[in-house]
Amino acid sequence: MRSEPVVRVENLVMRYGAKTAVDGLDLVAGAGVTAVLGPNGAGKTTTVETCEGYRRAHSGTVRVLGLDPVREASALRPRVGVMLQSGGVYSGARADEMLRHVARLHAHPLDVDALIERLGLGSCGRTTYRRLSGGQQQRLALAMAVVGRPELVFLDEPTAGLDPQARRATWDLVRDLRADGVSVILTTHHMDEAEQLADDVAIIDAGRVVAQGPPEELCRGGAENTLRFSGRPGLDLASLLKALPADCTADELTPGAYRVGGKVDPQLLATVTTWCAQHGVMPERISVERHTLEDVFLELTGKELRG
Amino acid sequence: MTATGAYAPRPGAAPLPRMIATQAALETRMLLRNGEQLLLTVVIPTLLLVLFGAVDIVDTGEGRAVDFLAPGILALAVMSTAFTGQAIATGFERRYGVLKRLAASPLPRWGLMTAKTLSVLVTEILQVLLVTVIALALGWSPHGSPLAVLLLLVLGTAAFSGLGLLMAGTLRAEATLAAANLVFLLLLVGGGVVVPLDKFPQAAQDVLGLLPITALSEGLRDVLQHGAGVPWGNLGILAVWAVVALAAAGRFFRWE
Repeated sequence: MRSEPVVRVENLVMRYGAKTAVDGLDLVAGAGVTAVLGPNGAGKTTTVETCEGYRRAHSGTVRVLGLDPVREASALRPRVGVMLQSGGVYSGARADEMLRHVARLHAHPLDVDALIERLGLGSCGRTTYRRLSGGQQQRLALAMAVVGRPELVFLDEPTAGLDPQARRATWDLVRDLRADGVSVILTTHHMDEAEQLADDVAIIDAGRVVAQGPPEELCRGGAENTLRFSGRPGLDLASLLKALPADCTADELTPGAYRVGGKVDPQLLATVTTWCAQHGVMPERISVERHTLEDVFLELTGKELRG
Repeated sequence: MTATGAYAPRPGAAPLPRMIATQAALETRMLLRNGEQLLLTVVIPTLLLVLFGAVDIVDTGEGRAVDFLAPGILALAVMSTAFTGQAIATGFERRYGVLKRLAASPLPRWGLMTAKTLSVLVTEILQVLLVTVIALALGWSPHGSPLAVLLLLVLGTAAFSGLGLLMAGTLRAEATLAAANLVFLLLLVGGGVVVPLDKFPQAAQDVLGLLPITALSEGLRDVLQHGAGVPWGNLGILAVWAVVALAAAGRFFRWE
């Protein structure tokens, strides 16, 4: 598609006092689902809230559906659905009441009853928002983001704190939105969520995008994969290396625990087991580790805890 | 995952009058459903009117107590809704991200403010009806021009709304809750609502007379009890408060 991307952020800088939260960030999101990952404090929410028009960029360019989210807010708002990380509902309002209210602010809203049914909010009955469970509050916020039939929805950690059933229900809804042509930008700490849902993943760290691409591509690139097996200690690794393709590694991590690094494919597995057979080694506990998005994420953003 | 078309984009804002009407209706329902708010806007004014009207607690001067009290209670009703109630409700809406979420909806900010004002006015109409009925039952005989009364109520509402929104938009929600209640209590005692202003020393009277609650209660009393014409002095004081408070609220109000 050659048309204007759904979200285009160029060289965005955002500061809070002396602290730079976003530091020259570039991000282009096309149609489909884009997941924004990053450690706490990486600048995810600041970036998304700038796209939602809540914050004015200190410098750089932000365009959402081709519009400036601050200057052209009134044109943009009806076309975009927003799910905040928390809150957003009158504490004394009932779930269906609030959802009907948001629906009435739109010209062609979804069928509210069907949406309530689908997200399991029917059981909330006459309970007011402050007495809903965390999961019910999350699902209500999600429903409020989509009820106006937007072209684009921003979901800020939509499944944080949800039980597995509610998480699946949220994922299913995101998939249906995507199938019907709604674009989704979601921030998340769940790598499996990004792998499951996203066409495109952007990893943010220290206010910049450090990697972006389809999840399978991100997993393929970067770190190499590994094959592990156990055998008797002291195998001749030089001989094993000779049998393996040129760019592979072989280590004995602890006596009898071996790791082969490289492009792990069926051929490599066959090569290793053949070598073992030739050397009278019974390889036990053979395991193949494909790199997950989490590995890539930790490799890019480090393992130390963030504030 | 199949495209059913159920979620196919079809964005659009509802017509502005419908958005404002539905927002005003929601705000009013929230207010009428909230026990603390009802205590403030209905129970306290009604109780004071009945209690002070029936029992001779404070010397209210010549004439029947209810003729003195009813204008003061009307002023109190305006303050309770436009200032105290609105400040507390808006403060917590800000705290819980309601204002933030609505800012992302098709309803423009000025539309939200219009809806809030409508909601305050609807509540005040209900309060005025209630106070009037009770006061009449207690033997109240109002005088003066309804237009002058209306002018006072409208300007009083503007002044108190400005002050309430200024507080809600700048302080933390808990601070707003405490301060709004404290101010309510102080102005109830010192603003000529149930205690005649001439019970205070002259120096204090001069200062108290400049408060919006005093301007409103004394203005209403001039008209309703004494049948005076348009109380320009009190209207002037209310107008100054309204302009200053609304301008400050517009300038300093923070949405998150």
